[in-house]
Amino acid sequence: MSQQGYVTAPPFSQSQPRMGGFSAGFGPPNSSLHYGHYGDPNSSHAAAPQPGLSKSTVPLGSSAPLGPLPPGTHQVSQNNFQSGPSAAGQQPHRFQSPLPPNNTGPSYPPGSHQSQPASPNTVSTSCTTQLANQLNSMQINSYGPGAIQSSHTSSGHPQQLPLMQHQMTLQPGPQIPPPANNFSGLCAQSSLSSIARQDGIPGSGLPNPNLQQLPGQTPGPGYHPQQANYGPQMAGSQLSYPGAFPGGPAQLSGPPQKKLDPDSIPSPIQVIENDKASRGGQMYATNTRGQVPPLVTTDCLIQDQGHASPRYIRCTTYCFPSSSDMAKQARIPLAAVIQPFAIVPSNETPLYVVNHGETGPIRCNRCKAYMCPFMQFIEGGRRYQCGFCNCINEVPPFFFQHLDHIGRRVDHYERPELSLGSYEYVATLDYCRNNKPPNPPAYIFMIDVSYRNINSGLVKLICDELKTLLDKLPREEQEESSAIRVGFVTYNKVLHFFNVKSNLAQPQMMVVSDVGEVFVPLLDGFLVNFQESRSVVNNLLDQIPEMFADTNESETIFAPVIQAGMEALKAAECAGKLFIFHSSLPTAEAPGKLRNRDDKKLLSTDKEKTLFQPQVNSYESLARDCVANGCCVNLFLFPNQYVDIASLGLVTMYTGGTLYKYNNFQLNSDSPQFLTDLRRDIEKKTGFDAIMRVRTSTGFRATDFFGAIYMNNTTDVEMAAVDCDKAVTVEFKHDDKLNEDSGALIQCAVLYTSVSGQRRLRIHNIGLNCSTQLADVYKTCETDALINFFAKSAFKAILSQPLKVVREILVSQTAHMLACYRKNCASPSAVSQLILPDAMKVLPVYMNCLLKSTVLTGRPEIPTDERAYHRQLVMSMGVADTQLFFYPQLLPIHNLDLKSDAVPAAVRCSEERLSEGGAFILANGLSMFLWLGVSTPPELIQGLFNVPSFAHISAEATLLPDLANPYSKKIKSIVEHIQSQKPYTMKLMIVKQREQPEMLFRQFLVEDKSIHGGASYVDFLCCVHKEICQLLN
Amino acid sequence: MATYLEFIQQNEERDGVRFSWNVWPSSRLEATRMVVPLACLLTPLRERPDLPPVQYEPVLCSRPTCKAVLNPLCQVDYRAKLWACNFCFQRNQFPPAYAGISEVNQPAELMPQFSTIEYIVQRGPQTPLIFLYVVDTCLEEEDLQALKESLQMSLSLLPADALVGLITFGRMIQVHELSCEGISKSYVFRGTKDLTAKQIQDMLGLSRPAVPIQQGRPLQAPEQPVISSRFLQPVHKIDMNLTDLLGELQRDPWPRPLRSTGVALSIAVGLLEGTFPNTGARIMLFTGGPPTQGPGMVVGDELKTPIRSWHDIEKDNARFMKKATKHYETLANRTATNGHCIDIYACALDQTGLLEMKCCANLTGGHMVMGDSFNTSLFKQTFQRVFNKGLNGEFRMAFGANLEVKTSRELKIAGAIGPCVSLNVKGPCVSENELGIGGTSQWKICGLDPCTTLAIYFEVVNQHNAPIPQGGRGAVQFVTQYQHSSTQKRIRVTTIARNWADAQSQLQHIEAAFDQEAAAVLMARLGVYRAESEEGPDVLRWLDRQLIRLCQKFGQYNKDDPNSFRLSESFSLYPQFMFHLRRSPFLQVFNNSPDESSYYRHHFARQDLTQSLIMIQPILYAYSFHGPPEPVLLDSSSILPDRILLMDTFFQIVIYLGETIAQWQKAGYQDMPEYENFKHLLQAPLDDAQEILQTRFPMPRYVHTEHGGSQARFLLSKVNPSQTHNNLYAWGQESGAPILTDDVSLQVFMDHLKKLAVSSAA
Repeated sequence: MSQQGYVTAPPFSQSQPRMGGFSAGFGPPNSSLHYGHYGDPNSSHAAAPQPGLSKSTVPLGSSAPLGPLPPGTHQVSQNNFQSGPSAAGQQPHRFQSPLPPNNTGPSYPPGSHQSQPASPNTVSTSCTTQLANQLNSMQINSYGPGAIQSSHTSSGHPQQLPLMQHQMTLQPGPQIPPPANNFSGLCAQSSLSSIARQDGIPGSGLPNPNLQQLPGQTPGPGYHPQQANYGPQMAGSQLSYPGAFPGGPAQLSGPPQKKLDPDSIPSPIQVIENDKASRGGQMYATNTRGQVPPLVTTDCLIQDQGHASPRYIRCTTYCFPSSSDMAKQARIPLAAVIQPFAIVPSNETPLYVVNHGETGPIRCNRCKAYMCPFMQFIEGGRRYQCGFCNCINEVPPFFFQHLDHIGRRVDHYERPELSLGSYEYVATLDYCRNNKPPNPPAYIFMIDVSYRNINSGLVKLICDELKTLLDKLPREEQEESSAIRVGFVTYNKVLHFFNVKSNLAQPQMMVVSDVGEVFVPLLDGFLVNFQESRSVVNNLLDQIPEMFADTNESETIFAPVIQAGMEALKAAECAGKLFIFHSSLPTAEAPGKLRNRDDKKLLSTDKEKTLFQPQVNSYESLARDCVANGCCVNLFLFPNQYVDIASLGLVTMYTGGTLYKYNNFQLNSDSPQFLTDLRRDIEKKTGFDAIMRVRTSTGFRATDFFGAIYMNNTTDVEMAAVDCDKAVTVEFKHDDKLNEDSGALIQCAVLYTSVSGQRRLRIHNIGLNCSTQLADVYKTCETDALINFFAKSAFKAILSQPLKVVREILVSQTAHMLACYRKNCASPSAVSQLILPDAMKVLPVYMNCLLKSTVLTGRPEIPTDERAYHRQLVMSMGVADTQLFFYPQLLPIHNLDLKSDAVPAAVRCSEERLSEGGAFILANGLSMFLWLGVSTPPELIQGLFNVPSFAHISAEATLLPDLANPYSKKIKSIVEHIQSQKPYTMKLMIVKQREQPEMLFRQFLVEDKSIHGGASYVDFLCCVHKEICQLLN
Repeated sequence: MATYLEFIQQNEERDGVRFSWNVWPSSRLEATRMVVPLACLLTPLRERPDLPPVQYEPVLCSRPTCKAVLNPLCQVDYRAKLWACNFCFQRNQFPPAYAGISEVNQPAELMPQFSTIEYIVQRGPQTPLIFLYVVDTCLEEEDLQALKESLQMSLSLLPADALVGLITFGRMIQVHELSCEGISKSYVFRGTKDLTAKQIQDMLGLSRPAVPIQQGRPLQAPEQPVISSRFLQPVHKIDMNLTDLLGELQRDPWPRPLRSTGVALSIAVGLLEGTFPNTGARIMLFTGGPPTQGPGMVVGDELKTPIRSWHDIEKDNARFMKKATKHYETLANRTATNGHCIDIYACALDQTGLLEMKCCANLTGGHMVMGDSFNTSLFKQTFQRVFNKGLNGEFRMAFGANLEVKTSRELKIAGAIGPCVSLNVKGPCVSENELGIGGTSQWKICGLDPCTTLAIYFEVVNQHNAPIPQGGRGAVQFVTQYQHSSTQKRIRVTTIARNWADAQSQLQHIEAAFDQEAAAVLMARLGVYRAESEEGPDVLRWLDRQLIRLCQKFGQYNKDDPNSFRLSESFSLYPQFMFHLRRSPFLQVFNNSPDESSYYRHHFARQDLTQSLIMIQPILYAYSFHGPPEPVLLDSSSILPDRILLMDTFFQIVIYLGETIAQWQKAGYQDMPEYENFKHLLQAPLDDAQEILQTRFPMPRYVHTEHGGSQARFLLSKVNPSQTHNNLYAWGQESGAPILTDDVSLQVFMDHLKKLAVSSAA
């Protein structure tokens, strides 16, 4: 480090010896580095300063050749990849691999049999897109759009799936200024310069001027995850990756710097488009164990042929490493994202319902797994062997069937439980609470009628809307009307229950002012069938806004409201949902009273995590009670200021509810968004009082669960309700070695009460492969699911660990995964080359997006509530939602083909893709922007807004006017398309170029550096590369 | 003045006062030897249609410890415009307004016929009467319907400006807000949690907001009326609303009848306490069963455990009783402090916890009504009668009375027994020996009507060696301040005086002036009062001893010769009263549930002398062809086959057809024109019974039975068992009906009494 010569900042001089000490003390770069939630078996590392990440002070990019590749088990990879160390500074040699048959996807290293023909020297020039850019001294080589026909199809090794690989060489030249954002590009830049030295290219010898201007920055190579040890005075400078540096806008306006060509680095858009092109619109049959499904962004028809549709379950990798050692080495999280109630398009088959009669579903005697395609029938069909625990069970007489010549039951295709990945069972009384058939669920609407809500007109809006909405309560497809009963509560400092029994002339209001010990004042007449009580209910809804019209009560309660709803459901002996419409911090004297504790001073301290924890414990016990009584809490918040979402949202989170937030709610501009959300939520397909159990075949097991769930023990996932948008991410760990033949089987069973009050079991089965080859694991990874997992685990971790640590772990995890690949799977190449497995090509950019998310960016200008809100939303998101959330969709709409129905192809989320003459729509699932360049074609403006020019557009508008012209119609249909199937309604914001709101918009251009201090894609890539290099050393 | 009987009657009519002794023994020692204490029954608001109230303030003695009211017994110096207080002998100046008085121009309060006088005074704001209905909804559908109708009907009986409120309870308690349009609104409370008055008021939003909450909203200036009117509204404004509300009352929908009477009452008390302290208000509790949850629960909600019986209480097996009693006592005392009263209308076939709740009515002067069902005329008419109007068209109810007793210095006040609480006002005229509620010279009677009668006990403190001058008189003044049903504040002052007599020389005077009826009732009240806290046999023994001592003192006999025993006329009935008292349900709990005992005792402690005597010794009339209806002995010998008997026990009216009459009736003679006289005979007792029923409050149970009928037990248990299966000599004789009992008859009782009275050993 000292050779770098810019150890000038005093604080660091002290630290250097210790840093040196670390490097000495912690040897192997790939030693594990996890926080607890990642479940590193070596838990002692979790708390310790992470040695693995310790950017060893050994000069980077040392010219020492790579160590020998791991012997033995890695033979395949050795064969696969051109082995042999390449000298530093050499032009990287990339081996060439044949392209897959569809020849649209990037190429991949072939299996061992294929490696021979691909001679590195020859192929590298001819077949790769070599992006060596000497000026930038950064090379990114991709097999991307090459058109080489793969020859591997002829190979006889079925398990050798195409392995994609992305290689980049980062070769900074001395004359190159550091990458774009000097504040965040620190490590990248330093690593680059160090690389430059080792490359022997004459270095300028000049300390980087930018660095000198930033005394707080870490000098020298890399960043120091263990810097916490150096004391708090360094907090500002310790963030472990570039994005964390508090960058000032002043630096943004620094001298223009030359940039790496963004097109040369892996593009998520390209990956998405490629997948769409190759698999979109086709049928995907789930007939093969361990096959990788199309990306979430790809539209295709999915046919269940024995494994659950990817709509229900997506895994981080479809091939598990066979041993835990391998898993530890690769550091790829083994996880499944399960969305048990996901909506399937109408052209796909809905789930079949299996009824095994009074005996209930057939289950394995030992592990209690449900009958599924993984059960092997033996002895002529009289017995079956459980695929999960291998126990031999008798086949019940009524279920007996003969086997055919291949040992399959004759009725294989007649029984969903034998041939399908997903299906439902009718549950018997044994599966019901108290062995009694459940009552149909109930929805209770609980409206805050304090002064603010009355004044804003919100109460009237809700009441008016409910009158029509209650006709649309969800029902079973075959039913005429909904069985769901409804109840109404209003509250401010006290609770008002309403008796709306059908035989009453007028509703009765019952005030419960004993909020300390809340109770339900009536049983009969509180929960009613809307059809029967329509007139009384409508009467009530008419009266509520008037009744409180002259209220001056501004204090509210909150916990007693939930308590009341829960008690009501308990008294009615049914499960249900509460719809709470709340607007302020509950400050009235009652249990769960909160104070404003939003303290910006806590940011970047060890206490920051408390901001995400509930303020008082009572919310947690309340949540537990709610779950125990099947009471799901949906919360609609209309805050004007801090309302402590971390506390208020907790019950919602634990009960599988949904949180909606409308900041500074304005009746005219925000009601469409709110009403759409409300409508959608009420109509949502939901399972109530659910309990989920994930069973696995021997050798591994589910160890951790993330989502809007509650866990009383380590195995049962309890959800007061689970709707179509809620996903649970399950992490698996090895218990033992996995058998490559039998694979890794997963069965997820959700016991729930349907909208009509039927007790059902929903079963999803999926089989994954196992392999002793790391390459197989890397080949079948799915980055979208990985990001979902990383996001959830990191967002959970911030409750217990400082933000900084969580971020460091994410970076190091990324680096480890890629380094392991580089080390074990990729062909040897220059250290300066960044080599990415093809399936993880976009992992860095996505990871960077995750790191830049508001939750993981502790900046005072981001409201705490916003962070808590996002945290909570992401915790229950499915793969598609997280993908969009972290990498928003940016659609150009200025050059539309008005005649086609197609949605325009997205472009990368970077400012460079915008143009003054263009208009773009950006959406991330929560917000939607319409960005208009200053010279947007007037005809487009006219078509959309019915105003003559850019200057006439009102930025306040949130809805596009309905105009009868092709532009308007087309854009509307695009907006609709974006909105479809999204759990939250996005409010459209009009952003005009070079106007104030653009700042907000720019945050979503995630490939750029962020005003809140996130690194740009390029910088992050450099940073990761440097990490990898260190690990490889 | 002809006889003492007339004197007594005249005094009762004029002043509503009956003394046990009308000539007072002049020393403490002698007074104690009289056995029956010097005491009186006072009916403070006895109806006096002939007494026009005066519209000015009474003139008070200026001595701060006395403050007696100017009365006809005072000596007046018309020239000096001075008057001397007859209690403390303070000489007082007349106020300026009395400047014009003279011997011929006397103010009313100096005229002898105005020994009782009523003043109307202007004090404080007049608040309308308040009626707060507290209604149990854990009733059978039929009962609830009947109750609803009664309540709806009652709205038309209330004074138009009266405030009315509604609380319903079952598992929860609902306080109904009556001023809502379009929606009926109520505040609901959990039935298991006792709340302090403060909490209740906070939760009902009755406490004044500490700060004006919203800026820009003008504060309503008259805060108090606005606040209170949410739950208590003038009946003329909301009677439609309330009628509908009552009509829509549902049975308590919870699966088990859980009755939170304790908390409901607590809320009612708290509500009035917070809004209208010290104004006339009735909390009217309608309950159809025992409280089964929360504070004040009397029995658990499990049907397998029956409600406590006397047996359980004796065995200390009534696990909720003490706690519940304490709860209701606390409530009753709070209510009394606020000047409100609690009525209990309990209608159920089983007990309803009156034993525990009795203090609510007893201490506040509220009514207690017990019936089998709300769907009976007994309840309906009784309830209606609460709102009866008196002779001058005013409601027969008054509130928040403060009774003060002043005595001349030879006399002190020992205590009072009646529907009152002590105000703990010590003074020179308060005795240290307590009889009943003592230790005070003032009592509060929160609810009273013209019949409400208190027993007030005195003690003669004059020492034997300090003789009272010849012709000296002792005086007592009763000052009752109360809120009239017209919401006026009134003060009624009764001043009486009696002669002193030396018991040694003038015993015959004292003896002749003995009022045995009053004495019987006064002794009975003492006995019943004791029975509430002591074991039954002890009380009986005490009564017996008192009776024996009285006989020894006033009987004429030769020692050890029972046959020589005689009692003078003025004592002659007294032993008989005692005999029946011993058998009465006030002292005997056998065959009565604890609730019934509480109910009987409640009424005994507040009715006037006549009614009390009926309760002690029921009246029996006989109707036959042998002559006009006549009162007959309450004796089994009066039960004859050719008689129709009408018995009035106060609580029951029994018509009993003798064996022959019953047979005739069965044969249908009354329908034959030639036996019209039989029809008339049958009709006569019915008419008389009707007459009693019309006036009695509460409505008595009406029993129409005949010889051999099961309901004949009401009669048979009351009459003196002069013929039983034990004294066989009477069998077969035409002299009445034998009673199957081991109880002693009056004859046996008297024989023993004589023997003991004359015994020199005693």
